[in-house]
Amino acid sequence: MYKLVPSVCSYCGTGCGVLFEVLDGRILGTLPLKTHPVNEGKLCIKGWNLHEYVNSFMRLQAPRVRINGRLHQVTWDRAIQFAADRLKKVIAEHGPDSVGVLASAKITNEENYLLQKFARAAVGTNNVDHCARL
Amino acid sequence: MTNSIAEIEDAACIFIIGSNTSACHPLIARRVFRAKEKGAKLIVADPRNIQLSLFADVAVNQRLGSDVALLNGMMHLILKNGWEAKEYIANRTEGFEELRESLEAYTPERVRKITGVSPGDLERMSELYGTRKPGALLYAMGITQHSTGVDNVKAICNLAMLTGNVGVASGGVNPLRGQNNVQGACDMGGLPNVFTGYQPVTSPEANAKFSQAWDRPLSDKPGLTIPDMVKAIDAGKLKALYVVGENPKLSDPDMNHLRHAMKKLDLLIVQDIFLSETAQGADVVLAAAATAEKEGTFTNTERRCLRLNKAVEPAGGSLPDWEIICRLATAMGYPLNYDNPKEIFQEISGLTPSYAGMSYDRLGLDGIQWPCPAADHPGTRFLHKDKFTRGLGKLHVVQYQDPAELPDAEYPYFLTTGRMFAHYHTGTMTRVSPALDREQPTGYVEINAADAGRLSVREGDMLVISSLRGRIEAPAKITPAVLPGNLFLPIHFGENPTNVLTNSEALDPLAKIPEFKVGKARVEKLVP
Repeated sequence: MYKLVPSVCSYCGTGCGVLFEVLDGRILGTLPLKTHPVNEGKLCIKGWNLHEYVNSFMRLQAPRVRINGRLHQVTWDRAIQFAADRLKKVIAEHGPDSVGVLASAKITNEENYLLQKFARAAVGTNNVDHCARL
Repeated sequence: MTNSIAEIEDAACIFIIGSNTSACHPLIARRVFRAKEKGAKLIVADPRNIQLSLFADVAVNQRLGSDVALLNGMMHLILKNGWEAKEYIANRTEGFEELRESLEAYTPERVRKITGVSPGDLERMSELYGTRKPGALLYAMGITQHSTGVDNVKAICNLAMLTGNVGVASGGVNPLRGQNNVQGACDMGGLPNVFTGYQPVTSPEANAKFSQAWDRPLSDKPGLTIPDMVKAIDAGKLKALYVVGENPKLSDPDMNHLRHAMKKLDLLIVQDIFLSETAQGADVVLAAAATAEKEGTFTNTERRCLRLNKAVEPAGGSLPDWEIICRLATAMGYPLNYDNPKEIFQEISGLTPSYAGMSYDRLGLDGIQWPCPAADHPGTRFLHKDKFTRGLGKLHVVQYQDPAELPDAEYPYFLTTGRMFAHYHTGTMTRVSPALDREQPTGYVEINAADAGRLSVREGDMLVISSLRGRIEAPAKITPAVLPGNLFLPIHFGENPTNVLTNSEALDPLAKIPEFKVGKARVEKLVP
């Protein structure tokens, strides 16, 4: 099945409108969105190739946990439980301000909102920052 | 940005300082070219000869780290010639007298000594920006990544306010944000001192509001910025770090110091779409979905909140970041349950005045620019129309200060860093893209032909670049883009990581931004 899905380029802060060309569940190409107020049907070299990193064979396929010095693929339940248990241990021993959270200029608003909510409410620290400066 | 991207093309004058716009924000540069076609004058001030310098009516190469002197020199001449917006200054600003006095010392001759810009060029750029209205001022990390970053921005704001260019269509002070959602990450409270919409954690009202909404008593003590977190890790005070969608091992200043500090962590959790340099050292790696694989919103550099749509299923067994965060919080004993990002967005708009009028249904394909305080508000094309957020616009006295490092006998070169047109930040996304990798497969060090000749270096020869922090190797790219005595390194390449060289001690005292744009360095030909 072929479809075109409108979205936003994630390669810089300009926010160009793109159309992902999707065939049978895989993105074939990226096209500029003609009616978009920011880019009016144009894209740069990065935007035209936006789908390539999504399709990369280098993408992480599953969570991993370090066991005996090496990273091993594990189930989501195991990875989440491991991370939560270790975080709780650090908080119990050293307090919530011994935890830092780095939010991201590359994830969505909703996800950044949840991350700072996680840091402030679930952990109990304002140690949350992201690489706006970098 | 105070103004909108589309407005740039109707400016009468465009002043670009510290932004390689055509390489890093090509679709914003397009508006600059359109403005030129419509008759706008273009001023480009950059230590390098960037592509846009070729199209400029006045192009100058100010010495690295001398922006305050250049901007103050422009204001000196604007006042001397009576080009300032007298009515605007009287009605909309405060602090003018103090500023005027402070600018007296920035004579063209003194400015030439500091910046290397000739009095004639300074006069021409001052006249163009001072007399052609509206004037749009564009800048990027070339202004902010300095130990005087806040001063640089204040000087820019002074210049724009003196000429009455803030609060008007096609004018404004326009920082071009480098990463796709850096505006959104700030808006959403991804900062140590504020909740969403810049509501301070120290404000009793804001704190009470969020404590109630999130059903937990919240700390009112501002947290640590990234550079302070690194120090706290080193001091053994910060024991666990949860890093989402970032690669600090390549993006933070002074890689060796960071690598050393990170070994002291009890727990490093990294959530990413690739096994980045940082993820390789993690205790837990959480596999995240890419932007094409999930719903959500980004807020671009002109404050426009835009919707992403899911095009395909997440790769392999990866999960959207929002789902991972919910699962982790729930496992920590703080249940977070949302059916979809739309529900999260509703919670955001309920708690954030500048997003209060937004909803997924309203955003559509075009998005809405904040502030959008109500469901019938159209959003805001440009800020500060009739008054500033604080009432009157504050003109700040800013004096020039030297950067933390200037070349000396041992390290005789200026070193600066930046981006290439085909790559993005630490390269994790663009370098795995076959087309982009084909365009620009390797890093390099830009060096002027005069310096290359003196070192007997030919194009492509390997050079060793060293600073007080460390040394890296990179092939020479001989180009007139950099002036004699200057070196430029792109930041995207793990095999020649510029952050081995850059300084983690030289931070802006207020913004804590590292001085990536100026350092001293030595360069030698690699003897195998």
